[in-house]
Amino acid sequence: MTKETANPIMEVKDLFFTYPNAPEPTLKGNNLTIYENKITAMIGPSGCGKSTLLRAMNRIHDLYAGCKYEGEINLRNLKNNKMENTLNLKKENQLIGLRQKVGMIFQKPTPFPMSIYDNVAYGLRLKGIKSKSELDGRVEKALKEAAIWKEAKERLNDSAMGLSGGQQQRLCIARSVALKPEVLLFDEPTSALDPISTGAIEELISELKKDVTVVIVTHNMQQASRLSDYTTFMYLGDIIEFGDTEKIFLNPDEKLTEDYITGRFG
Amino acid sequence: MGGRLFKDFSLVAATLSLFLLVGIFAILFSYAQTSMHEFGFDFLVIDQWEADEDDEGGVFGGFIPIIGTLLSTLIAMVIATPLAMGIAIFLTEIAHDKIIKPFSIAIELLAAIPSIIYGMWGLFYFAPIVQSVFGGNGVGLLTAGIVLAIMIIPFMAAITRDSMNTAPDVLKESAYAMGATKFEVIKDVVMPYSKGGIIGSVILALGRALGETMAVAFLIGSVMSIPDKITDPTTSIPVLLANNFAEAQDLELSSMYYLALILFIVSFALITVAKLYFIGKKK
Repeated sequence: MTKETANPIMEVKDLFFTYPNAPEPTLKGNNLTIYENKITAMIGPSGCGKSTLLRAMNRIHDLYAGCKYEGEINLRNLKNNKMENTLNLKKENQLIGLRQKVGMIFQKPTPFPMSIYDNVAYGLRLKGIKSKSELDGRVEKALKEAAIWKEAKERLNDSAMGLSGGQQQRLCIARSVALKPEVLLFDEPTSALDPISTGAIEELISELKKDVTVVIVTHNMQQASRLSDYTTFMYLGDIIEFGDTEKIFLNPDEKLTEDYITGRFG
Repeated sequence: MGGRLFKDFSLVAATLSLFLLVGIFAILFSYAQTSMHEFGFDFLVIDQWEADEDDEGGVFGGFIPIIGTLLSTLIAMVIATPLAMGIAIFLTEIAHDKIIKPFSIAIELLAAIPSIIYGMWGLFYFAPIVQSVFGGNGVGLLTAGIVLAIMIIPFMAAITRDSMNTAPDVLKESAYAMGATKFEVIKDVVMPYSKGGIIGSVILALGRALGETMAVAFLIGSVMSIPDKITDPTTSIPVLLANNFAEAQDLELSSMYYLALILFIVSFALITVAKLYFIGKKK
């Protein structure tokens, strides 16, 4: 699990990000590398910019007019292995392409008001897949990958709103996995769930890294240490430290990181 | 003690509305008795409204005003619904923050204009335009329907906008995060999420269009004749009632109560059907 064997898939370079009408940037020159098929956790006190950085990675900020980026967020193009700056994407269909490659799971489960099947098929249909047999196969595969097939297979046509919170969150993961993303961004995915559902989601995320690169924002220190290969600690819009999770938690270089991890502030 | 009083007060208030509903129905029904005995269900198909010379009796039927009411309402709804949805979508999902406010205020102010003003504007300014574009003599079903549409659009748009605004950002974001376009997010997430409010706004607008009196009285022509063309003048239930109430007596008066009862039942039935449809869809 050393950095030498890991392959960068995303690089954030000197990234500044400013919200509309904000007097100063929320992200102040961030540099960060995300490694392929690894789980990278982002920790830090509320307001440190970790969610803001995560939301920059698939340009979801762009839904709201007036956000300003400076710097680069490079994503490796798996076809030619070249890093391409996603901040250069301008057109709506380019952003759609980016978001299909870099999926996102939110804090609260967000099933769409439709059936379980349609939720998972939604993104596939947007991509233009119409064949019933292909949809059936990919929906089943995604539900299995998200470890919810057993609970859902008898009720694929029932409304997704009838599932429990933990099941809904796994459904949302299935929905994203179905699109075969390269990177999945998790924004505090278990903060609205009970411990048992949280356990199930964590197990699922560990499984997922075989196929996909995971970046997870969490307030839960144990979660970060249990799950992730790398951890980055952010404070007031700066990346203070990045490294192997074990090192960050046991022997951090920075005093600030140690103080946060040991609970002296935050 | 205070809690108890409050509970009793709300109970009385709630019961009162039920009593009003039943009471109005009962009064319409009892005053309509003379006409009901005279014409029965034929009242629905008689296309005459003629008092005898001595004002004692005559032949009265609701066919024309009923048709006029339904057609003018239909025209209004067909025009208003897509436009109101368009306005609501523009204001919630497309417009820039800076223009949402002035547009919203304008829509709310439009909804506050008294109907007589729409009637006058429609008669003096709009009817000649309809005449020059569609022919006819200006007043008639089409003019009434279009002006009715203009009257209910702001109302429908405002309620639809409010209910579309309740679709949570995070739900929309998760659709965008799967690669949906703005149009797909509106169609697949915002509209289904706010379906209840949208149907509610359509029902309320429908109720208003059915019962609108003043503007339609100016514009529909108020003549007892079956329209052959969409531009022909005719009459509607509220217009006939408003125009004739002053001098009607005996059988004619009773027939007017009969007509009012029909309007009451039609509005009630439409709203009930719409609600049942909505409840059925929700499951």
